[in-house]
This record gives sequence, structure tokens and C-alpha cells, in this order.
Amino acid sequence: MTSQPVSAGASVDARGWGWRHAGRDGWALSSVDIHIDPGERVLLLGASGAGKSTLIHALAGVLGGDDEGESRGELLVNGRPPEAGRGQAGLVLQDPDSQVILARVGDDVAFGCENLGVARDETWRRVASSLDAVGLDLPLDHPTSALSGGQKQRLALAGVLAMQPGLLLLDEPTANLDPDGVTEVRDAVGSVLDQTGSTLIVIEHRVAVWKDLVTRVIVLGADGEVTADGTPAHVLGSAGERLAAAGVWVPGFPPAYPVRRREAPVELLLHTEALAIGRTSAVRGGIELEIRAGQALAITGPNGSGKSTLGLTLAGLVTPVDGRVVADGLRGGLGPEPIAWRSRDLLTRIGSVFQDPEHQFLAATVRKELAIGPQALRLGEAEIARRIDELAERLRLRHLLDANPFTLSGGEKRRLSVATVLATRPRLLVLDEPTFGQDSRTWAELASLLAELLDEGSAIVAITHDAELVDAIADAEFRLAELVS
Amino acid sequence: MSILAPIVGPQAVYRINPVSKFITAFLLSAVLVLSIDWVSASVALALELVLFLWAGVSFRTFVARTLPIWIAAPLGAFTILLYGRPSGETHLSFLLVHITDGSIELAIATLLRTLAIGLPAVVLFITIDPTDLADGFAQILRLPARFVYGALAALRLIGLFLDDWRSLELARRARGVADRGRIRRFASQAFALFVLSIRRGSKLATAMEARGFGGSTPRTWARESRLRWPDAALIVIGVLVALTAATVSIATGHWSFVAAQ
Repeated sequence: MTSQPVSAGASVDARGWGWRHAGRDGWALSSVDIHIDPGERVLLLGASGAGKSTLIHALAGVLGGDDEGESRGELLVNGRPPEAGRGQAGLVLQDPDSQVILARVGDDVAFGCENLGVARDETWRRVASSLDAVGLDLPLDHPTSALSGGQKQRLALAGVLAMQPGLLLLDEPTANLDPDGVTEVRDAVGSVLDQTGSTLIVIEHRVAVWKDLVTRVIVLGADGEVTADGTPAHVLGSAGERLAAAGVWVPGFPPAYPVRRREAPVELLLHTEALAIGRTSAVRGGIELEIRAGQALAITGPNGSGKSTLGLTLAGLVTPVDGRVVADGLRGGLGPEPIAWRSRDLLTRIGSVFQDPEHQFLAATVRKELAIGPQALRLGEAEIARRIDELAERLRLRHLLDANPFTLSGGEKRRLSVATVLATRPRLLVLDEPTFGQDSRTWAELASLLAELLDEGSAIVAITHDAELVDAIADAEFRLAELVS
Repeated sequence: MSILAPIVGPQAVYRINPVSKFITAFLLSAVLVLSIDWVSASVALALELVLFLWAGVSFRTFVARTLPIWIAAPLGAFTILLYGRPSGETHLSFLLVHITDGSIELAIATLLRTLAIGLPAVVLFITIDPTDLADGFAQILRLPARFVYGALAALRLIGLFLDDWRSLELARRARGVADRGRIRRFASQAFALFVLSIRRGSKLATAMEARGFGGSTPRTWARESRLRWPDAALIVIGVLVALTAATVSIATGHWSFVAAQ
């Protein structure tokens, strides 16, 4: 393996820089003034909606032309506008699935080099050293579809690295990963920076992940103005409380845990008998679970261990491969197995919140979205209006009632997807990664809402990687081990 | 993604550039669609069935992958049998249905022709790797890289769309709206998938742009795509099969040029 040629870090200068999206009145960022020296490692923080992503996209030169919006002021990477120097800034985004470009690992890493016109021999040298730097020890023809989330993010990092950028831009690169994936990617970034001396700007609302790797923290205010800037210790000390209130996960300022009135477990709602689950063939068998009213069961385990499939099977959406799901405490006149119930009968019995809220949205406005369940139950107009009103209040959706669900922020989408399920008051809730990628404020709201529901006698099954959520609400944990294939 | 993954193996056929497979399949069908007689089609089919022994595909795979052709060909022929242009003696007549000597001959010709065009196309295409095909299109045929690699990257999203579709279906059951209105639900689900795919597509486009795709710098190629002697051999074989079929058909007086009908 050849060592990565040292590409000296790039400097970054923003002078009165602002950006307004096409068709909007307000500026997403009004006036940013930042100077970053070559080789600095910067963690960029701020409340959601502060324009952090916009700034980082602009530095990568992918914000788009005049039809996407207008800019003002000056933004320079190594003294040049970002669009002028393709390849000098490398960007890694949040979603692992939408960053894989080609079918084979080697080809994917080579893609950026090809676009920059790098000679063939040099391209393959860079592919080898980049894969080496991120610790992906795989054959060049390994299929990219067979990679885990963490591996896909390291692949994206290698692809960017092969372009030898002086500036590495990471936009929440670990938000969609399980804890192992997070460590994997963070360590890869650290080793890359040590080898290349690149400048780093990373956006992440979980500060603990990057705290020890960065040398500087910059906080953007609501209009994109810099409200704090300095060493991690200094900024997190002075602005920690304010940041935590704005939803940033700051070490030492954890979100409030809900208070549970833990009562003795009562009525059995649902249990499984020698349950085997899988999408086409059984991936896991012999599952025996009991779910009681007022109790929260956490289903944990690594990616690909069948957690989501187990959740869908318990929720009456996927047919068991073998064994039975018996919902005697929920059936109320129907057969014992939820998979045989009609879609409408599920509404008041088992509510499912999917990992990706977008899969669940059916209507053009938040208000109509909330009305769908109650309408399917043929409730009266007045009752529907009352439920919508109550949920909008409880989940801070009132100001969004006429908005399109697809235009909401990540936290708002999550709150809406939970609200749509609560609208029909199911006795059992099955939630798939409810807190994934959420800021600490949304997290605290969700945790307290779930605790309230439990105290009211609902049962909860939460599929989650989030150890804090398990601590906060779970009465029992069912851990699926890694599948050996 | 089994439907997208090419079959691979050690035989010579796997070293042939996808572009020449593409050209060969194109040449064969271009000649065979010129006439609708049974002779040219059966000569071509007979030669092809022998050549398939060297196609690098097991009998099992051959049957599995060409099954749609074996189903489509008789269906097409049956339609022609019933509704094809009547001529000669009539054997059966009922409403619009006329089974005549002419329609029987046309049906046989159609059956053979569908097989003679469809089978080699499938056999040549199932061993094509999409990445290699894109390389060939861009480097040999000089098609715009922006278009070729954009399409290639989009192809990878198909697997994600299948997952999305499944989730959308389950989510509709969970939301209590899956009991009735199957057609309307299908339409709304299709629209939701459309919205999701545009969002996925635009994210992918950003990721590609961030890697310098679509810039003004002249592109280089990490993988070289060239035509070598096996490619020439394949194209020559294709041309020979087409010419033999046409020649035999013309010599025996069966050739009937479509445009002349």
C-alpha cells in the first residue's frame, strides 16, 4: 500500500456571506463571518434550521445555481469560490444509501478521480490508499450493496478522499448508524485527518462523538450568525446550557428523563408462541415474548438482526414464518392472531410507527394526515376535530396543520408520525427507531410522551439502538444477537 | 439484487465487451424483422441453438431466464393464428376469428421469429454487467458520460424502490386504509413511490456532483473498455447467422419483405 500523499489543508473564509433559497422571503443564512486556517478541525453546531447544512453544501460547491437561490457576500475555499475548484472540498452526507454510486467498491471510490481527470494508474493507486485509510479491507470487486451502513459511510469517505480534497465536509455522517457504525466512521475520519492534514468541518448534534477529535467549535445562531467560537472545552462550557436547550446533545447536559409511575405489571395483551420471523424464509425462530399493559419492551441488537421484521410481525403486518402471535388481550371479538385482522381493526388495537416517517404519510396536509385514522374508524366530525386539536397541542404541530407532511423537518415528521398513530388510541404501540437522528429536544418530548402513554395503560414495543431511550422508558429488553449467515 | 446482477464465469463469452453483444443482438434482429417468412427464422433459430452451447450459460439458467420468451412466443403466434390476415383455405371462422392457411403460416413464422430474435438477445444480455456496458457506451460509442453514468447510478436505486414499495404497502395496512379501494390505493401508493424516488434521486445527484460529476474537466476512465478479437468474432458470427438465414430464405423463394406487403 502506498501512503496517502499529503494534501495540505485548505483555508475557509466567509465574509458577510448569506444565502436565500429561491422563492423564500427570508435568508437561510444572513451574514456569516468565519475564518478557518488550513488543518483546523471544526465542529459546527446550532439549532436545527440554523443553516449549517446550507453552509457546508455551499463550501462543497453543490448548492446549485441561480435557480436554486441567491447568495451574497463572499465565500472562499483556499482563496477561490467553491464552484471554481471542484475536488478541493469533499462532502459526506447523512444517508448511507444515497451516496453509493456504483456497484463495485473499487469503481465507486474511483468515480471522483475519473471526474477530475486523474490518470488511470494514479486513480487505482489512490483507490487502494483511500480504502486503506478508512480501513475498508475488501476486494475491489466487492458489491457495494452488501455493505453495512457504517461501511457505506466509510466507502463514501474513501471516495471523497481519493479526490485528495484539502477540505473535508461531513454533514451528520453518523446520524443514521448504529453505535458500532458511529465509532467505525469517527475513527476512520480521525485516521484520515492524521494522514492528510486536511481541514475538517463536521455537523453533528451528538457532540460526544466528535468532541475529542475536533480542535474548534463554532456555533451558529438562528440567522446563521456566529454566536460562539473557540476550543471545545471553552465553547461547551460557556454555551453548553444554551445549546442543550436548542436541541444539541452536549455532554454534561443530558435531556430530562421522564418520570414513570411504575406499577405492577397487569393484563397480558399479546404473547408469542415459538414464533419464527423472516421476510421470505425464517431468519430467527423460537421467540417467546410477553407484552403487558403499561409496560415497555425494548427490542435491541445489531443492524440486520431481524429487529424490524420482529416488530412488523408483532404489529400484525408481516405473517409469521412459523409459530404464532397471540393477542388475546387486544382481540375484542376478533380472532387471536393480528395478521388475520382487517387493516381497520388494527387501528384501535396496534399502532405502528415506521422507521422512515415518509413511508406512512398519505395526505396533503398535516391536518388531513391526522384525520385519516379517525375517519377510517368512522368517528363523527366533532370527535375527529377534537382529537386533531388535542394531538396538535400535545406534539407541537398546531402551527403546521396546513403544511404538507413531506416539507416538515426531521423532528416534525417524527412527531407527526407518532401523532397519526395516537389519533386512533391503540392499546399497543410498536415503534421502529423512534429516536433515530433526533435532536435532544425532540428526544425528551418523545420520551416523556411514551412515559405518559405507559402510565395511561398502553403497552409499547420499541425497536431501538438508543441506550438512553432503553434506560429512560423500558421495563424489559429483548436483545437479538447478530445473525450468523 | 438478483435481477440486476449479471451471471459471471470463466468462458470466453465473459471477456466479450457488452457493446459488441449489444451490436450483435441488434444486427440479428435488424435482419430478421425485415421478412416475416418461416424459413429465415427457422434457419437463424437452428444456428443459434447450436451456438448457445458456447454462450457460457447452463441449461438450467438458460431455461429460467428465457422462460418469458417461451411464453410470449406461442401467445403472439396464437393471436396471429386467430386474427392474422386471412388467405388460402379457411378452416374455422367465428366473428372476427379466421383460421386460414395463410394465418397458420403467419403464426408459425411469428413463433419462430420471436424465438430467433428473443433468445439470443436474452442470452447475450444476461451476461452483461451494467457497469461494463456503461463503460462501453461512454468509451466506445462515445455517448455522453453524464447521461450514461447518471442512468447507471439510477439503476442501483431500483433495489431501494422495491424495499420502499413494500414498506408503503405495510404502512397502508397499519394506517387502517388497506381494506378497500385496491385500485385507488395502488395509484396513491405509486404516487408516493414516485415522490420518494425523486427525493432519493436528487440526493444521489448531490452525492455525484460532490464527487465532481458533471464538471467541465475532461473525464478519464478507471476501467478501459475496448473491442478486441473476441468482439470481432462475435459480431462476425452474428452477421453470418443473419446472412445465412436471409440467403436460404431468398434462395428458396420464401423471403417476404415486410415493407412490400
